[in-house]
Amino acid sequence: MSEAMIEALQTLKRPRVAVFELASCAGCQLQILNCEDELVDLLQLIELAYFKEAMTETSDVYDLALIEGAVTREADEDKLRTIRERAKLVGTLGACAFPVGIPGLKNGHDLEEVARQVYGEHASYFPSVEAKPVDSVIKVDLHIPGCPIHKDEFLRVVTGVLLGRKPPIPGYPVCVECRLKENICAFDRGLICLGPVTRGGCGAICPSYGSRCFGCRGLADDPNLASVENLLEDHGRTREDILAEYALYNGYYALHDGGLKAKVAP
Amino acid sequence: MSKTTAVDVRVDYVSRVEGHGNILVTAQGDQVKEVKFEVTEPPRFFEGMLRGRPFEQAPLITSRICGICSNGHVLASIAAMESALGITASEQTSLLRRLLLHGETIQSHVLHAYFLVAPDFFGVGSVVPLVQSHPEVVKRALRLKKLGNDVCDVVGGRAVHQIAAVVGGFTHLPTPDELLSLRQRLVDAAPDLQATVELFAGLAMPDFDRPTEYLSLKSAAGYAYFGDLILSSSGDITPVRHYREKVKERVVEHSSAKHCRSDKDTFMVGALARVNNGFQYLSDGAKDVAVGLGFEPPVTNPYMNTIAQLIETVHCVDDAVAIIDALIARSLIPEPPAVEAREGHGVGAVEVPRGTLYHEYSIDREGRITDANLIIPTGQNLANLESDMWALAPVVIPKGADAAQLAMEMLVRAYDPCISCSTHVIYLPVKGEE
Repeated sequence: MSEAMIEALQTLKRPRVAVFELASCAGCQLQILNCEDELVDLLQLIELAYFKEAMTETSDVYDLALIEGAVTREADEDKLRTIRERAKLVGTLGACAFPVGIPGLKNGHDLEEVARQVYGEHASYFPSVEAKPVDSVIKVDLHIPGCPIHKDEFLRVVTGVLLGRKPPIPGYPVCVECRLKENICAFDRGLICLGPVTRGGCGAICPSYGSRCFGCRGLADDPNLASVENLLEDHGRTREDILAEYALYNGYYALHDGGLKAKVAP
Repeated sequence: MSKTTAVDVRVDYVSRVEGHGNILVTAQGDQVKEVKFEVTEPPRFFEGMLRGRPFEQAPLITSRICGICSNGHVLASIAAMESALGITASEQTSLLRRLLLHGETIQSHVLHAYFLVAPDFFGVGSVVPLVQSHPEVVKRALRLKKLGNDVCDVVGGRAVHQIAAVVGGFTHLPTPDELLSLRQRLVDAAPDLQATVELFAGLAMPDFDRPTEYLSLKSAAGYAYFGDLILSSSGDITPVRHYREKVKERVVEHSSAKHCRSDKDTFMVGALARVNNGFQYLSDGAKDVAVGLGFEPPVTNPYMNTIAQLIETVHCVDDAVAIIDALIARSLIPEPPAVEAREGHGVGAVEVPRGTLYHEYSIDREGRITDANLIIPTGQNLANLESDMWALAPVVIPKGADAAQLAMEMLVRAYDPCISCSTHVIYLPVKGEE
C-alpha cells in the first residue's frame, strides 16, 4: 500500500470488512493472510468484522463483504441474501465466486451420478446442485479475480473501493501483459492458451513460468476475437479446442448466457 | 457436579481452523453420552471434475482442493501420475520438489502455531488483538510465514497454486542468485526460530495422553516427506501402492469428510506422527529444539502436535539450506518436461503439513483420467480426533461447560484440521473393487 493510500484510509472511520467462504479451497482467504508485509497496517486501518478462518468474533453489519467460493447448495443462496442485506458493498474473491472456477467443472455432468461416485450408497446424505457464481444469486459490486487472487491486486482494490474509487481491475486481455514480459507465445510452444480472451492484471504469471493461461480471471471486457481466429488458424487449432479449455474455469457461463461460447460460436 | 447434571458442549463452526466443523458433546453427570465432530463443509465432488480430463491437468485441478496445502496436492498428484506413466524424476527435480514442499510446510506450520493456536494461550479470539498487545510476536510470525511462502515463490512461481512443478519436471527453474538470496534468509531466520521455540516452550499444553497408532511415510534416506513405504508406530510396514490395505475409508452420516481406520483402529497422521516415527532422522538443530521444547518421543499427547510442527519447521529450514547447497553445487540445468501419454495406474504419497496424502489415478491410452482416489490427512485423523474427544470428555466435563468447550476446541485446533480439504475427497472405485 502506498503512503498516500494509508493516509487517505486513516481519514475514514475504520471500515468493517467481512470475509465469507462458500465451496472453495480457501486459498484466496489465505492470500489475504499472505500479505505479510501489509497485514499489520491493514488490520489497523480496517475492522475485520468476520473472518472465521482467522478469528472467533463475529458481527452483523459490514461496509464491505468479500465472498470466496462457489454456490453449491440451496442454503448458500439464503446465506448470500443475508450477507447482501447486511453489507453496503459486496465483492467476490477469486475464481470460484466468479466466474465459478474449479467447482464448476462438475457442471455438465449428471450431478446425482457424481455424488454416487464419491459417497456410494450414502450419496443422499450429501446432495449437490449445479455450481454457480455468486453474481447469479445476488448483486455483486466488484470482482477480485484469479485462482488464487493476487495479493497486490487485493490490497489495491480493497483500499480503492473503501475510498470510493472504481475498482482498478484491467479490462484488457492477458496477452497485453505477456507481450510486455517478452514471453514466447504459448501457441508457438505448441500449447493452447486462453491469454487472448482472458482478463489481464495477473502479470501473465502462468505463461511467464513456462505454463499457459487457463482463463482463471474470466473473460476480458473486450476479448481479442480476431486475434484468436488468426492464432487458431495459424496453429491448426479449432474453436472447440478453445471452448474445451475455457470450461475448466468458466463452467457456468460456458453453459449459460454471456460466456465465450456466445461470442465465438453463436 | 451431581450425577444427573446434564452438560452439553456445542460449538457450531469452530473458528481458527480451515473449513466448517462443529463440536458436539453430550453428558449426563459423568456419563458421556455422545461425542461428534460434525463436518458440514460443502462437498465439491472432484471426481466429476477429473474424469475425462487430460492427465497433465490433475496437479492443477487437485491443488484447488486446498489452498493451504496446494503444493502438497500438486506433488502427490505428480507422484501418482509419474508412477502411472513409468517416469522416474531426475535428481534435480527431486531436490526442487523437496524444497517446494518445505516452503509450504514452513508457512503452514507457522500459520497454525501462531495464528490459530497461540490466541487460545493469550486468551484472545484471534491474532488481531495481538497486533496491539504483542506486535513483536505478530511481526515475527509474519516474517517466518513469508519466508516459507518465498521458498514456494522462488521454486514454483507463487505460494498458493504454484505453476512450475508439473508431471515430468519443472517448466521454470530458479536462478542461482534467487537460490542464494533465499539461502541467506533461511540462515538469518535462526533468531526468529529461536524466539518461537522460547515462546512456545513457555506455553503449557493441556495435560492429556492417549496412545494411538501413528502412521507416516518411510524412505531409504533420512526424514521422510516422500517415500514408497508406510511406517506404523506399531512396527509394521506397508508399501504405498497397497495403501488401501492399511488405510480404510468409510462414510459416516455426520461428516461430509469420510472417516478412516487402519487394520487396527483409529490412527493419527501429521507432524506428531512423523516426529514420533522419524525422530532419529531430524536435523541436529531440530533435535536440539525438541529437547528445549520437552519433546521426548514417543509423545502421545495430541495437543503436542503443534510442538511437533515447530520441531519440523526447524528441520525444514535446515534441510532447505542443504538442498540449496546441493542445487548450487551441481548447477541447475534445464530439463524440459517431455511426457508421453499411455494407459496406466499409479499411486503416490507425500507427507504434507497435516499428514500423509495419497493420490491414485487410472488413465487411458490417450492420457485421459478414468478413475481417481484421494485420501486426505484430515480425513484420516477425524476418527482419531473423535476417539480423543471420547477420552477427554470425562476429564474436562467436571470442570464445567466453558472449560470443557475450550479444551475441546483446542484439541480440534491441535490437529490442524483442513476441513475443506477433507470433504473435497474424490472417491472413484478402482476397477475390480466394490
